[in-house]
Amino acid sequence: MEKQRRKVLKSGSGAALLGLLATAGVIRPGMALAESNRTAFEARSMAATLKAIGAASLVDSTEVQLSGPDIAENGAAVHLGISSTLPNVTMIAILVEKNPNPLAVAFRLPEGTQANVQTRVKMAQSSNVYVLVKAGDRFFMADKEIRVTLGGCGG
Amino acid sequence: MATSPTKIRATAKDGVTEVKVLISHEMESGQRKDAAGAVFPAWFITEVTARHNDRVVLAADFGTAVSKNPYLAFRFKGGAAGDRISLTWKDNKGETRTDETKIA
Repeated sequence: MEKQRRKVLKSGSGAALLGLLATAGVIRPGMALAESNRTAFEARSMAATLKAIGAASLVDSTEVQLSGPDIAENGAAVHLGISSTLPNVTMIAILVEKNPNPLAVAFRLPEGTQANVQTRVKMAQSSNVYVLVKAGDRFFMADKEIRVTLGGCGG
Repeated sequence: MATSPTKIRATAKDGVTEVKVLISHEMESGQRKDAAGAVFPAWFITEVTARHNDRVVLAADFGTAVSKNPYLAFRFKGGAAGDRISLTWKDNKGETRTDETKIA
């Protein structure tokens, strides 16, 4: 029964993502989770999620670090750590590309809170994990492929 | 429905307070089905707010993909031993809970 919902979302790999980011570039940046934004959590593809967050002009940055296991034995709890040396980070979001809804969590950081958070997320299957950091008015990202040996929505 | 306490540990060192949180919650995603094929309805935390005394130091929106019994760790500048750290969560059924500790 677990297999039925394993529909692979057709949002593709890195190259495809760059394409959709270009598309997202024409969309006016929104409030980007300054207030809680449930629409972004209901989005079913990476493109739709980024659009809902208002993440136009996303750039890869070495100043964003995503740490996690290369292979997760248990997809129900994958420990992730995110840190950034960028100044003025106001938002950190974690997106698991192949989950039914990619957006897992969005942190809003007031001034004085460091861009350094850890949490655990569920992963339905092996996937790229993206972390999106908003610093000032710009979005930065880092990604990591995490292989899951035991699928993750078992609780 | 009764809720279980959130475990919070906060330690201040060199002007930075590190907070570690373990929330007790099912975080049912709404994706799982029982043997008869009926979906377990989604039941998950949607919002979390952490405060130092009365100032918000972290707000988070959760989706269904945060693991059962969510774990969080974060750091903020300031904080001294004895200051209050509280954590409030709200789930999609409207249940809410606040727990509090003091910085060690």
